[in-house]
Amino acid sequence: MESNNMIEVKNLTKKFGDFIAVDDISFEVKQSEVFGLLGPNGAGKSTTIRMLTTLIRPNDGTAKIGGYDVIKQDSKVRELIGLVSEKMIMYDRLTAKENLKFFGKLYNMPDSVLNPKIDELLEMLNLSKWKNSKVGTFSTGMRQRMNVIRALLNTPQVLFLDEPTLGLDPQSTVEIREFIKKLNREHKTTIILTTHMMNEADLLCDRIGIIDKGKIVALDTSANLKKTISGNGTTILKLEIPNLTSSLLNTIQSVKCVNSVSQENNSHIKIHATGDDAFDLIIDAVRAKKGKINSIEKLEPTLEDVFLKITGREVRDKADNKIVMKHGPGPKRFSQKQRVR
Amino acid sequence: MMSHSFRIAWKDLLEVFRNRMGLVLLILMPIFMMVMVGYIYPSDSSVSNVTVALVNEDVGYGGYTNASSTLIAILDTVTSNTDSITLTEAASFDELRTMIQRGDADAGIVIASDFTTSIMNGQQGTITLVTDQSNMQMSATLQAVLEEVFDQLGTALAQQNVQNLGVDPSNALAVVQPYNVETQGAIEGEFTYFDFVAPGIIAMTVMMSVMTGLPVAISEERESGTLDGMMVAPISRTAVILGKTLAQIGRGLLQGLIIIAIAVTIFGVTIHGNILLVFALLLLCVFSFVGLGIVLTSFTKDQETATMLMSTIMFPMMFLSGVFFPVEQMPWFMQAISKCLPLTYVADSLRKVMILGADITMLTTELAILIGFGTVMIAVAVPVFKKAITS
Ligand SMILES: Nc1ncnc2c1ncn2[C@@H]1O[C@H](COP(=O)(O)OP(=O)(O)OP(=O)(O)O)[C@@H](O)[C@H]1O
Ligand SMILES: [Mg+2]
Repeated sequence: MESNNMIEVKNLTKKFGDFIAVDDISFEVKQSEVFGLLGPNGAGKSTTIRMLTTLIRPNDGTAKIGGYDVIKQDSKVRELIGLVSEKMIMYDRLTAKENLKFFGKLYNMPDSVLNPKIDELLEMLNLSKWKNSKVGTFSTGMRQRMNVIRALLNTPQVLFLDEPTLGLDPQSTVEIREFIKKLNREHKTTIILTTHMMNEADLLCDRIGIIDKGKIVALDTSANLKKTISGNGTTILKLEIPNLTSSLLNTIQSVKCVNSVSQENNSHIKIHATGDDAFDLIIDAVRAKKGKINSIEKLEPTLEDVFLKITGREVRDKADNKIVMKHGPGPKRFSQKQRVR
Repeated sequence: MMSHSFRIAWKDLLEVFRNRMGLVLLILMPIFMMVMVGYIYPSDSSVSNVTVALVNEDVGYGGYTNASSTLIAILDTVTSNTDSITLTEAASFDELRTMIQRGDADAGIVIASDFTTSIMNGQQGTITLVTDQSNMQMSATLQAVLEEVFDQLGTALAQQNVQNLGVDPSNALAVVQPYNVETQGAIEGEFTYFDFVAPGIIAMTVMMSVMTGLPVAISEERESGTLDGMMVAPISRTAVILGKTLAQIGRGLLQGLIIIAIAVTIFGVTIHGNILLVFALLLLCVFSFVGLGIVLTSFTKDQETATMLMSTIMFPMMFLSGVFFPVEQMPWFMQAISKCLPLTYVADSLRKVMILGADITMLTTELAILIGFGTVMIAVAVPVFKKAITS
């Protein structure tokens, strides 16, 4: 490798028929970096991961992992990588150990290396007790930990994680996230993960690529991405209006300095606005329509705001516990996909 | 690469064995098949396009062979007036048997050496009907038809006899029914219905095993995502297909073993040929269907569609391959299709081995067709499968 780039993606494109799932994306991931692909359902995250892990062929563009081309040197690439896929890669009728031995043997690992490795990983992810139980009896959290163990059997230099915490309870989510951090810290594993959760990307990733409709629309560190908002004079305000109506919402939206309004619940709204006098203009507008303001709060920008600003839409997750009123100019929603076993 | 294939095959088989319900069905299905097909055997069906070989062993009486030649002449007239039966000749009983085993003849008629002598002496002349037991429907039908023919011939001749031959009228039987028609199979021994249906059912069960096993083995892995687990590992795609093929061979042979055991122990079926040859044929059966199965599953997105596609292909195949109904009775276009189906050749050759005790030299055509079909299909399957999983 000339640079210390572990992953180099150039103009990668994938079409399914006429539909362009991944549209001419390019990015690099440095050695030992944690890189996040953040985007709503259907953005093309999994498709990108599948191309990078040699599972599907791109229609155009190139990608190199550790200097090896994913098409021309696919076996070399496969030796370097581990994949925690969106789906569970485990056979329900086999025990934890049988599963891991099966997959380990595909990497030509002799028993003398494989067996200790399996024990070590089971221990590390607290599954030793279940070594001889069938995976079919495992909880979702246990299954996902198994999935991670499987991906680490060959001690990969690059680990791909496609929505690694999707469908997990808060505790398992924290466990998996901690483990990802630890892996990166202690083993210097390069990690590329996808998520539609802003806080997850914020928490784990050194750099984040925001992907929408197959295109990478922004790519930087979380801090820099947020700066694009505060830096250009955007103010994010959260207002509590107990007598909120849709006509009031329309009024606020029509205020000149307001870029977008989104509704959090029955009485709270979030406003993106520009200009020094945004604060006054909005309050005046609400007052003029007899709106009652219980509280007003200036928010620090989040990745969600970045996404909203760039795409004009929101990425949200049920887990954020937000309620949309049926009327009102609610943002387009992405339903959370159920994890498929 | 081979070791990866064996791993995959072993894993697949382990999954099969861990599926209790599946295992029970693996045993129950062939039993149901045997019982159903064994009893729903059609007892009267029409005959067409059959070839009957004639062996005339009659040595005559005092230089005359008029009794047998009269019979043959009448037979000739009868058969030339219909296109359902074609009459040919065979030199000896042994040749006749070989002809039946080879499929050159469907049945035979043997006129006993003392035929004329017996008739002249006012006794019954013996005619033996030789049938192909490997084709129960056909042989039963033919037997009925030929017995009917002899019956009529006999009555006609009896009247002649009384007038012309001056035989002792006290020998009533000889007058009324001068021919004694005996039936004999091409092979010695006792036969039951199950003997006749068993080879076809075995072939069919093994085919069904493969055709229903592959959607599970491939589509389900694809759908559930486990196939990705194999595909991200540095193993060749061909190794995966080979592993799947090996697993299906294992499963198919197991199913074959179960059904043969059931046929022999519960239904009293006897295997006349070499049991190893029977297994070799089953192996070939699996082999010839695996490639086809992989190609078909590759075209489908999910297991449900794959299973439906398999059934759609499987059912016509079962009916057109002569497992249930003799191919000879079908319209020409169905016969033509039948000739294109590998199951036809598996069922045919299994019948020849199990019932007629045929050896490998008598099966060269079938073997060549099956090996050829299997090889071509696997050769097609590899690129199709690769393309399907990476697009
Ligand atoms: N095999 C396929 N055939 C046709 N379309 C596909 C296929 N795989 C993905 N797509 C489409 O491509 C788009 C991107 O899918 P992808 O799975 O990459 O999205 P994602 O970002 O991973 O979303 P999610 O959060 O739902 O996992 C979707 O619209 C999807 O319907
Ligand atoms: Mg996805």
